[in-house]
Amino acid sequence: MYAHLFQQTGTLVKLILRQERLKFFIWLFTLVVVTLAAAAAYPNVYTDEQSRLGYALTMKNPAMIAMLGPGYALEDYAAVGPILSTDMLIFTVIAVAVMNILFVVRSTRADEEDGQLELIRSLPVGRLSYLSASIITAFITNLLLALLIGFGLYALNIEGIDLAGSLLYGFNLGAMGLLFAVLTALFAQLAETSRGAMMLSFAALITAYLIRAVGDVSNETLSFISPLGWAVRTDVFVGNEWWPVLLSSAVAVVLIVVSLYLNSIRDLDAGFIPARKGREHASPFLQTLFGFTLRLQSVNIAAWGIGVLLLGAAFGAVMGDLETYFANMELLQAFFLAEGPDFSMAEQFIALLMAIMSLFCAIPAAMAVLKLRGEENKNRTEHFYSRAVSRTRLLAVYVLVAVLVSVIMQLLVAFGLWSASVAVMEDAISFETIFNAALVYLPALWIVISLAVFLLGVAPKAVGLVWFYLAYCFIVVYFGGLLDFPQWAKNLSVFELVPQIPLDDLTFKPLVMLTLGSLIITCLGFLGYNRRDITG
Amino acid sequence: MSLVEIKGLTKKFGNFTALNDVNLSMNKGEIFGFIGPNGAGKTTTIRIMLGLLKATKGEVKIFGKDAWKDAVEIHKRVAYVPGEANLWPNLTGGEVIDLFLKMRGGGDRSKREELIKRFDLDPTKKCGTYSKGNRQKIALIAAFSSDADLFLLDEPTTGLDPLMVRVFQECVREVKAAGKSVLLSSHILSEVEKLCDRIAIIREGKIIETGTLSEMRHLTRTNLTIKTKEPVVSLEELKGVHNLHEYDGELSFQVDTEEMDGVIRYLSQFGIVKLESAPPTLEDLFLRYYTRAEQADSRLGGR
Ligand SMILES: Nc1ncnc2c1ncn2[C@@H]1O[C@H](COP(=O)(O)OP(=O)(O)OP(=O)(O)O)[C@@H](O)[C@H]1O
Ligand SMILES: [Mg+2]
Repeated sequence: MYAHLFQQTGTLVKLILRQERLKFFIWLFTLVVVTLAAAAAYPNVYTDEQSRLGYALTMKNPAMIAMLGPGYALEDYAAVGPILSTDMLIFTVIAVAVMNILFVVRSTRADEEDGQLELIRSLPVGRLSYLSASIITAFITNLLLALLIGFGLYALNIEGIDLAGSLLYGFNLGAMGLLFAVLTALFAQLAETSRGAMMLSFAALITAYLIRAVGDVSNETLSFISPLGWAVRTDVFVGNEWWPVLLSSAVAVVLIVVSLYLNSIRDLDAGFIPARKGREHASPFLQTLFGFTLRLQSVNIAAWGIGVLLLGAAFGAVMGDLETYFANMELLQAFFLAEGPDFSMAEQFIALLMAIMSLFCAIPAAMAVLKLRGEENKNRTEHFYSRAVSRTRLLAVYVLVAVLVSVIMQLLVAFGLWSASVAVMEDAISFETIFNAALVYLPALWIVISLAVFLLGVAPKAVGLVWFYLAYCFIVVYFGGLLDFPQWAKNLSVFELVPQIPLDDLTFKPLVMLTLGSLIITCLGFLGYNRRDITG
Repeated sequence: MSLVEIKGLTKKFGNFTALNDVNLSMNKGEIFGFIGPNGAGKTTTIRIMLGLLKATKGEVKIFGKDAWKDAVEIHKRVAYVPGEANLWPNLTGGEVIDLFLKMRGGGDRSKREELIKRFDLDPTKKCGTYSKGNRQKIALIAAFSSDADLFLLDEPTTGLDPLMVRVFQECVREVKAAGKSVLLSSHILSEVEKLCDRIAIIREGKIIETGTLSEMRHLTRTNLTIKTKEPVVSLEELKGVHNLHEYDGELSFQVDTEEMDGVIRYLSQFGIVKLESAPPTLEDLFLRYYTRAEQADSRLGGR
């Protein structure tokens, strides 16, 4: 009866797959390789039971639980599987979710915005076909991911990583991916622009992470609201609970029905939030290039700012628990602290957290530059360049906004962490330490910004390489030790060159070098940008 | 001195040659028509004039300055309207117009309000919700309320209704009256015919004709319709006669302009009762250039 609504879905699936195949390949390849490489490394790093127990002790504290999830009972860590899952699962789930969000926004709202959908809808194609095709494509991709990781892990033939556990691990990732794909499809119906859909989806992801973090530390019931809370409760490689996979699949099915329904009742190019009347005149601030550029990105910046502040505060909030936890276990502390007893667990935690949060903050900073490429693609920079605005000037404004974003984000992380930790800790870490630990990463963020400027100027078709670089930096920070990267490979990530406060002393030489480097790379980008064609 | 001077302009995208040795010049106070089939290179030429694209070879001077190097200087006196105005969906039309005026370094407030009225635009709507024609109006209002000396208009009337096209044409005449110059690229040949002083025809990246409309007409045919007392014999064998049709006792045909004299002499023997002549329309010209080039192509085995 409803078959006509879905006509030609199969053809569209093929069309979408063909358009996106390169991206899918890169994502799947990276996810699988990183997972398998890490899994293969664990038995060599944690060779005996004692080292595994040592690992377990470092993990069984509130800060790590907030970051990674509740983990397992101490004695379960005698095997490698639980270590793999504790270390890897949550961040892999987040990466898979990001892949799905980016893909679904592209193949729903973005294609609609660009007018492709209008042409397709004018053909004998069902009204729900495009959305269905997008969801089916996401399903295929996530299934492939689940199978590749599931059987891949098993094929490594590591003791303690059996077939049942490997498959559950893979399907857990796949099911989470599908859930976020479908959630994005739903947001794509509600929001009117691709940017709006993207923002809602990422906000949902961050919220899910925050709820889980707070819930895992303080109140388990809370964690059951968040899909990420389900994902870390499979007890994979030990108890092998399948209910989280089934639950998220079931929720996905419900969301599919809802988004298909919403899609069927809304107009093309419309959302569910009606447009309001606006101003007749531009405010003096909007009339400046800087004000205008900021206005274009304001919602994006605000959203990231709030997310970053909340993440900082959430981690700050667990520091109190961390303190109590270790106060009761002073002996233990002396036993396993790799850095020696000079540093408290809280301080070590801050160093790691800042490295990861800085990478996270590099994303909006790079986006602020790459927005200019997006504007060019939509033929909107010509409005400026056909008027009395030079390329140097417009690019400089975008770079300025990016630098501003980098500073704001780092300040917000530090502020969130500091204000929450002061509230909960007896022996609070000083304001200065936390702010130094955050701000010291600014030169690294500027290198990322300068890389974006460089690509924009010299290889505008390849601006996506910035994201590759950030992914690489993340892998180095997170797995550098585990995967035994050679020093030069680690140094490719500028985040490694920054002194880790409070573990390292604040030395200015690397910071000055990085800042100079970023200036030089930025200049090269400006030169390239002034020489090339503005295409659309 | 000419306002715009293009010499030997060549533009390659990879190994595809979009423009091949283009020469053009525009004088002050002139409305210059720029026509040619799709993909001929009109937009590419204009984008090079704006310094958005870099010429592979050749020289482009506007106000005596280099279009690439002195782009910003030049743009203080240039207004551009693209064929499709891509705007920011969450800004209102009014905000965008203000912004554009500001970017050129100010503009005329009262002119802005007047044009908004004349073009019948609601400036409080968000650009994302405007119709195509209304989006186009924003670009036009921003252009015409600026005090530019040169207007580069690339298919500016796409999407406008006939009433608005009239308003547009008035605006063009007004800026001309104020001594300014306009480059108008368009597919609406009647519009070009009505407005333009001189015309260039471009095809596959080459300028194949430049001149005033009457100069071009001179090279082509005039449409004649006649009625005679006695039936005309063997007219089709006469040199310079084309497309002969008989309809309701009247003959209609085209004559090469340079053969006009001979043809009229010949016809007068048969006692002319009625003679109507019409100059060729730009469309005739265009079609003729176009098909002629096409035939040449097929002979050469071109694409
Ligand atoms: N960035 C680009 N890369 C490659 N080819 C291009 C690029 N821009 C334009 N072209 C090609 O250059 C040729 C001229 O294009 P142009 O847009 O100037 O045509 P046009 O005369 O404006 O046509 P229309 O009447 O359809 O607007 C076309 O064949 C087009 O495909
Ligand atoms: Mg064009």
